[in-house]
Amino acid sequence: MSEQDLSHLTFEEAYAQLEAIVARLESGELTLDESVMLYEQGQALARHCSDLLDKAELRVRQITDDGTLAPLE
Amino acid sequence: MALPAGIGYNERGSVTLAASMDIHPFTISQLTGYIRDLFDQDELLQDVWVQGEISNFTRASSGHLYFTLKDEHSELRCVMWRHTAAWLSFEPQHGDAVLAHGAVTVYEPRGQYQLICDALQVAGAGDLNRQFELLKARLEAEGLFDPARKRPLPAFPHRIGIVTSPTTAAFQDVQNVLRRRYPLAELILSPTLVQGKEAPPQIVAALQRLNQRDDIDVILLVRGGGSLEDLWCFNDETVVRAVAASRIPVVTGVGHEIDFTLVDFAADRRAPTPSAAAELITPDVLALRSATRDLAARLDRLLTAHLQEQRAAVRGQMRLLERMSPLVRIRNDRQRVDDLLARAALRIQHSLHRRRDRLTAQTRALENANPQTLLRRGYALLTRTDDGVRVTSAHQAPENTSLEIALHDGRLTATVRRRQFGA
Repeated sequence: MSEQDLSHLTFEEAYAQLEAIVARLESGELTLDESVMLYEQGQALARHCSDLLDKAELRVRQITDDGTLAPLE
Repeated sequence: MALPAGIGYNERGSVTLAASMDIHPFTISQLTGYIRDLFDQDELLQDVWVQGEISNFTRASSGHLYFTLKDEHSELRCVMWRHTAAWLSFEPQHGDAVLAHGAVTVYEPRGQYQLICDALQVAGAGDLNRQFELLKARLEAEGLFDPARKRPLPAFPHRIGIVTSPTTAAFQDVQNVLRRRYPLAELILSPTLVQGKEAPPQIVAALQRLNQRDDIDVILLVRGGGSLEDLWCFNDETVVRAVAASRIPVVTGVGHEIDFTLVDFAADRRAPTPSAAAELITPDVLALRSATRDLAARLDRLLTAHLQEQRAAVRGQMRLLERMSPLVRIRNDRQRVDDLLARAALRIQHSLHRRRDRLTAQTRALENANPQTLLRRGYALLTRTDDGVRVTSAHQAPENTSLEIALHDGRLTATVRRRQFGA
């Protein structure tokens, strides 16, 4: 999995995947190839999570009567 | 008109008491005491709420309060003793509409009845409190505040709806908390009034607007502090029901720490203030950063450990493999061959002549083993005529078998006439 593929993941998704990967690595019973691959995925996810936290800026919008989102008045 | 015994009319028509009658009149104190007992034994008079307007209010130097409660037609004298007056949450004034609680008793020195007041509240507030308690009890009985209805909040809210007025400090407070704690979120304002008669339908509509969408993770219903009347729209039944009916979990932060409104009971979680509500629904970005770092470090450790494990396993296998390697065998074999060759060379040298002797002896032995030699000595070879099988055992030749007998100088054909086993 390249880092490009991660860009669409929300923090929550990336963090959950990271946790899952750590759990799989902890469970053992993986081939070396698998664990190296998981490790690389995990590091990419951790970087993505950190990036999201660094770049995050609270967005504020307003909901209209029909339920669509519009810039704040 | 029948009069009691001893009472009659005089000539002017006035009622007189017969002087001759033995009359036992009450003293004033006795009569007043009798009336006081009647009051004291009356359950209603001993525990009564009464509503009226304050007049002639005075606070005596003793600390006791004296005032009159009145409406258009009547007056009631009231006393509030110093120790209960100390609990008053407001300073009563002439003209205040109040709700007073206490016992009606008789003040004997003046022959007057009066209310010994032990609780006094502004009438409006009393109404609101009663409404609050009644509605709370009714909705509670309906199960609207059931803890089982409370839903868990998402760990990482992506879109946060906020129902409040955009002009309030509460809206700013929430934004500040989110910027600091969890800027990953998006805040969706669903604007509404949060005060006054117009507010309840607007709050209901604001909640419903957010509930149209399926990508809002949690809703904040917030308003800053205010008077009981200011916050009253959050006790409105339609608002409370809308909170309970919200498909999206609702967290309230209305007023200050001490304020409880009915929406607080209907919400999935209640926070004491708008800022606290924003904190309640979000993880802290600092905690997330360190949690992410921890996970990455755990990844490192896990991979390192796995690599070491694998390396150790490989080393173990290599040792096993080396032990079984053909190279080792080949090396060993080559050495053994060298040994053998050397020994063989020696032995060959040492025994060449003996071999030559033995060759001669063996040639002779071979000569002896030649069947011709044997045949010449008197032995014969038997063969079955039918199938050419060499007969070496009596078992192979039953009676009447035709046999070829080879001698050193010719052949005979014979038939087995009798067979006998044993040497």
